[in-house]
Amino acid sequence: MLEPKSVIEVQEAVNTASTTMLIRGGGTKTALSTSRGNETVIDLSNLSGILEYRPEEFTFTALSGTSLKNITEMLSENGQWLPFDPPMAKIGATIGGTLATGLSGPGRYRFGGARDFVLGVGWVSGAGEILSGGAQVVKNVAGFDFPKLMIGSLGRFGIISEITLKVFPKMNSFGTVEWDCGDIDGAVGFVKEMTRTPIDLFALDLESNGIVRARLGGLSTTLNNRLARLSEYREGAKIILGDVELNLWEHLREFLWLPDDYSLIKVPITPDLIPQLDTCFTDGQSHRKYSVGGNVAWIGWSGTAQEIDTILSGLGLGGLLIIGSPETSWIGTSSTITIFAEKVKRAFDPEGRFLPL
Amino acid sequence: MFADFVDELSKMLAGDQLLTAKSELIPYESDGLTAFKALPRAVVLPEQQSEVVDIVQLCNRYSVPFVARGSGTSLSGGSLPNTDGIVIGLNRLNRILSLDAEQRIAVVESGVINKNVSDAAHPYGLYYAPDPSSQTVCTIGGNVAFNSGGAHCLKYGMTSNHVMGIKAVLPDGNLVELGGSSLENVGPDLVGLFVGSEGLFGIALEITLRLLPIPEAYRTVLAAYPSMELAGDAVAAVVASGLLPGAMEIMDNLTVRAVEESVKAGYPIDAGAVLIVELEGEASAVEEEFGNLQEIISKSGAYNVRSARNETERNLIWKGRKGAFGALGKISPAYIVQDGVVPRNQLGAALAEIDSLSQEYGVRVANVFHAGDGNLHPNVLFDNREDGMLEKAEALASEIVKMCVRRGGAITGEHGVGMEKRHLMTDMFSDQDINQMLKLTNEIDPKGIANSGKMFPADRVPGI
Repeated sequence: MLEPKSVIEVQEAVNTASTTMLIRGGGTKTALSTSRGNETVIDLSNLSGILEYRPEEFTFTALSGTSLKNITEMLSENGQWLPFDPPMAKIGATIGGTLATGLSGPGRYRFGGARDFVLGVGWVSGAGEILSGGAQVVKNVAGFDFPKLMIGSLGRFGIISEITLKVFPKMNSFGTVEWDCGDIDGAVGFVKEMTRTPIDLFALDLESNGIVRARLGGLSTTLNNRLARLSEYREGAKIILGDVELNLWEHLREFLWLPDDYSLIKVPITPDLIPQLDTCFTDGQSHRKYSVGGNVAWIGWSGTAQEIDTILSGLGLGGLLIIGSPETSWIGTSSTITIFAEKVKRAFDPEGRFLPL
Repeated sequence: MFADFVDELSKMLAGDQLLTAKSELIPYESDGLTAFKALPRAVVLPEQQSEVVDIVQLCNRYSVPFVARGSGTSLSGGSLPNTDGIVIGLNRLNRILSLDAEQRIAVVESGVINKNVSDAAHPYGLYYAPDPSSQTVCTIGGNVAFNSGGAHCLKYGMTSNHVMGIKAVLPDGNLVELGGSSLENVGPDLVGLFVGSEGLFGIALEITLRLLPIPEAYRTVLAAYPSMELAGDAVAAVVASGLLPGAMEIMDNLTVRAVEESVKAGYPIDAGAVLIVELEGEASAVEEEFGNLQEIISKSGAYNVRSARNETERNLIWKGRKGAFGALGKISPAYIVQDGVVPRNQLGAALAEIDSLSQEYGVRVANVFHAGDGNLHPNVLFDNREDGMLEKAEALASEIVKMCVRRGGAITGEHGVGMEKRHLMTDMFSDQDINQMLKLTNEIDPKGIANSGKMFPADRVPGI
């Protein structure tokens, strides 16, 4: 294992590594950051620190091993935050790992995901070149959008060394309305109705048991009225506020609901397909949470990767194994290995220094 | 050789889909950047996606360069033809294939006009957020190729932030599907990479777009300032307050006067600068934010403040802003629009430098820009009938863009590099960075036939 502390040391690590390189940040996503055998692990947890923070510009640049926790604290002191609600901050996720896996939290519903906030990226190629793409300003279209390409690329194209993100003013108060829609069909039907509400929902989640939760954020002076209005959408609304509310969403964002020894799989989906997916599982073998207005399924799974791969393939869905055994990353019907992706891989990693797609 | 190629084209297309006579080709020799002109050898107008695929495969087989074109509104010369190639006009590929209101998804062909998406979504209480000033004519395919922006990027982002899936034909004729119908994704963000690739990766045929609920309420404020500096400071104050307006736009006196002459939007013509701030969203939240905004504006040195009282007044304020480029065309025979970006705290200094450069060159510059995100739009006004004026205007425009990069910004915020700014790429990117872009281009388009000559400096790729 190599533990570079600077971009130059990352370059040296690339030149030193004698086997395929596997990149690790905080190691929170075990299926993606654990060596499968003889890879050289490049551990970036010491490549940490804020390079530039300009609160008045609503941007910052950090080394990729910087923890989300440190970034969140820094932003919070200036009334700012990462609106894509990044997960696993409490257990030590880094900004580089978050972007390389392309993970966003429930708040992605309102303003967009990690991909929508990345402005610039610096990386070290398999040939040991120090490269960059994007810019440090909030708007830029010059050159190809390499920052976005790196989102979700799992270190297959290069080692992300630094990242520039835009941030937003932090919402100062939150409240949630919860409904019990009976079952998953009822919940999906209601979510589809809610996606068109003119009320600015910060998050919109549902569960297999028919629970739907809509979260509001914003000025404290208007929050109660907005929650009351939201409650009128359906009978039986329950308003949740204060620490209970904060804990509820932290529980979801941090995957605290995932039992020990269960794998965690992310599956992009659309609301229409959720009932079909949900019926493929039983509560004994899995836990399912549906987030971002029914655009992502988080599946806690007690079986093997092979078994869930078969289920997802049968539905024409693809997924990413995040926590679990590191044999495989993308499962199900993979849209990753396209002709286009292979061309990109050849341009970025012709020698195959990083794991294959 | 080219005759054989045209012969094959004529067999696959109807008569009115293949243009070869010079008189028919002239309308395609230029786009929104009229300073550049090049006559293609033929223009094809496919009506079906399969025809586009066949044409691209044929181009690949004969190694004939092609330039995809929507409505030709590019301000960076992005759809300037190759003189040894063809133009593939995509306006007839204009079907909205599906509109799923419940899941807020529209699937459209690339020739669909931007505003038509919002019009189709309107009965469902939805709209398509990216709103370039040319939205009544520009196509979604062109928006995708250049990652178009608009006045409302500050809150909602660019085209790229609203595209979930793309079906495209690559320059080698392969058909690929990137992304899908979900807001979420696993694997590298290939959609994100394709958007903004300026036609170098092939042609988008079908695009899956995210729709948003129409904001329930708007509050649009027009504030007049004696100077650009005060207007710029007001923007900084609004941003610093934690408000997140949908749009913040500034126009200078020259632009305001041109707009008033042309559109009559009711802007005070004596203003050194006019600022438009628009809040949007849920009614109760917007009202609360509007109170905060009024307080900030009242302390910002504005001498005339007007809030739109209804949709008609709001539309009038925006009509002036969106008509600004057209209005400038009436006070100057020709102009070049730049769209460099500077960090927001550099706005005042950047504008002052533009002013002094303008005086130094003896060339007028009208400023109208997306102040909220630091995206300048200096319009370099010149008379193209005078010898040497184009070169002088281009030199000034380049100086302005270089200044943006020096101040920590970017050479283009939304118009793209195209033909016009390709010589400036080296100001922003290292040789190694550009090489990496070229390596990727070479993998995707080994024959160099897709919009070749754009984006990269002329000495790095075979030129047009």
